[in-house]
Amino acid sequence: MTHALTKAPAEAGGRRKAPVPRRGGKAGRAGGQNHAGPLTYIVLALAAFFSLFPLYWNLVAASHTGERVVQAPSPLLPGDQLFTNLEIAWNQVHMGQALINTTIVAGTVAMSTVLFATLAGFAFAKLQFRGRNILLAVVIATMTVPPQLSVIPLYQIITELGWVDQLQSVILPTLVAAFGVFFMRQFLLEALPVELVEAARMDGANSMRIIWHVVFPVARPAMAVLGMLIFVQSWNDFFWPFIALTPDGNPTLQVALAGLGAGNHTVNHAVVLTGALIATIPLLAVFALLGKHVVGGITAGAVKS
Amino acid sequence: MATSVRAAADGSPPPAPPAPRPARRRKAPSAWRSKLYRLDVKATPYTFIAPFFLTFAAFGLFPLIYTGWLSLHRVELGGEAEWRGLENYTGLTDSDFFWNALANTFTIGVISTVPQLLMALGLAHLLNYKLRGRGFYRVAILAPYATSIAAATLVFAQLFNTDYGMINGFLGLFGIDAVNWETEKWPAQIAISTIVTWRWTGYNALIYLAAMQAVPNDLYEAAALDGASRWRQFISVTIPSIRPTILFTVVVSTIGATQLFGEPLIFGGSLGIGGGSANQYQTLSLLMYEKGWVTGSLGQASAIAWVMLLLLLLVGGVQALISRRNRKKTGASS
Repeated sequence: MTHALTKAPAEAGGRRKAPVPRRGGKAGRAGGQNHAGPLTYIVLALAAFFSLFPLYWNLVAASHTGERVVQAPSPLLPGDQLFTNLEIAWNQVHMGQALINTTIVAGTVAMSTVLFATLAGFAFAKLQFRGRNILLAVVIATMTVPPQLSVIPLYQIITELGWVDQLQSVILPTLVAAFGVFFMRQFLLEALPVELVEAARMDGANSMRIIWHVVFPVARPAMAVLGMLIFVQSWNDFFWPFIALTPDGNPTLQVALAGLGAGNHTVNHAVVLTGALIATIPLLAVFALLGKHVVGGITAGAVKS
Repeated sequence: MATSVRAAADGSPPPAPPAPRPARRRKAPSAWRSKLYRLDVKATPYTFIAPFFLTFAAFGLFPLIYTGWLSLHRVELGGEAEWRGLENYTGLTDSDFFWNALANTFTIGVISTVPQLLMALGLAHLLNYKLRGRGFYRVAILAPYATSIAAATLVFAQLFNTDYGMINGFLGLFGIDAVNWETEKWPAQIAISTIVTWRWTGYNALIYLAAMQAVPNDLYEAAALDGASRWRQFISVTIPSIRPTILFTVVVSTIGATQLFGEPLIFGGSLGIGGGSANQYQTLSLLMYEKGWVTGSLGQASAIAWVMLLLLLLVGGVQALISRRNRKKTGASS
């Protein structure tokens, strides 16, 4: 509640202000909840510990031999086998190829989603056209359709086309998703003054110029956050890639990991967990660098109509 | 940003922007140019939304309908379809495997969702205090969200290993016998639910936190003047104020739980598709995959997919009812 004390209610237009808890004296003591007690810190430290420990232990297990990992008591400190395991995982289990594939897929999907979602979000937020509200409702409704409803026909199609184990079969269905459209619409609704669009129109700008010189500059921060969220989502996507790609063919990281977990290639659990580490580290690096923006993006995007 | 989106989302429909002015000729352009201009204004919105709708039509709507058609047929991969009416559906209701998978999906869903959301509420409440190192806690509890299903499950499968896993080792310190996390039904379901809970608790906590920060402070001040304790304030101010957000997370978690696939699959290792040696944690999605890709009966797999859709529509309907009731209630009281 600390922030509620400092932050003007939404309708007062406090949206741009960072929630910096800076205020004088006892102004907000009514609730008596300003400062966290020691118990709060203990519980939060425990939560942080349980959140981070499995990740730390992943690193520990990846730095021991396979025999050591399956011995009780489990190792708690890093060993010296990390580079040996990385070498095996990279070369023998195709994690290198999988990493490249995943980067291609997640990068393409993130870029195309950002582009198409910004265009559609702009149209839904600021342009007038027949059927706008109904179409927007359709966009939102599509978010609830689970992928299970589409995989069987899609699998038949990609088999027919010879696209099993081809990256385009994973990329095409996710070129732009409803979440992105809705996310950009919500942002542009507030961030883009309609006068700006109209002024550009009066100056004779066509739609392409308006997009380029008016919409994109305003939307840039939201586009960055959306791109990051979609990148993470696509990087970790599992169900359809698991069907369209095979662990031994041309997998993404997640598909390769599923193959490792099922005992393909190796029963060396240290190597399996090294694979898991390879799949996790890039995203953790992104989080460590841009954590604050991810946090902001998640809370903004989670709010629905 | 969160607040601004919320304000736009929760409020009544935003005032529609004034219609784009028809082409006022400032410099008397040729008729041809003004025609082009009007075409631009008229067609552009549809061009902009076309990529989404084309993608959805091709990879969402068409497969959805086609799956429905398949569910009424007997089809094998690469084979001809043969009309069977509702037999695939009646076959499901006669099948122990289906009821087992439905029950497992439900129980794992409850075990993973309920503690997850309760813990997230508690964490959000704590994060809402004035804290040192606030940013660290937020990023730390969100780190599991960045971990993929596959990586997380592989790690937890080791931690939960019956013979050498750290969790049994820890329980052993207190003299508790090794729990058979893999083959026994409830321990296995708890282990799988733990993975889900680990990945999503922090995410939900941050969503709750954003909602809590938007609660106007006057409410707390009024409650404090009435002598309400902190706990009382949490129950009668915080919870009611963020009720729409709670409902939202319940729905999202329920949708996720209905589709649960990767965690039990990978947790089971080579037995994953069957959901364990005795199907003790086979979910609906796993059963659908087994029917479609192991047994090769696409008709039955399609019927399971449609059952899942119907279940989700049911959830959506209940949600709509509840939120309408809530809205009426708040409307009446204010």
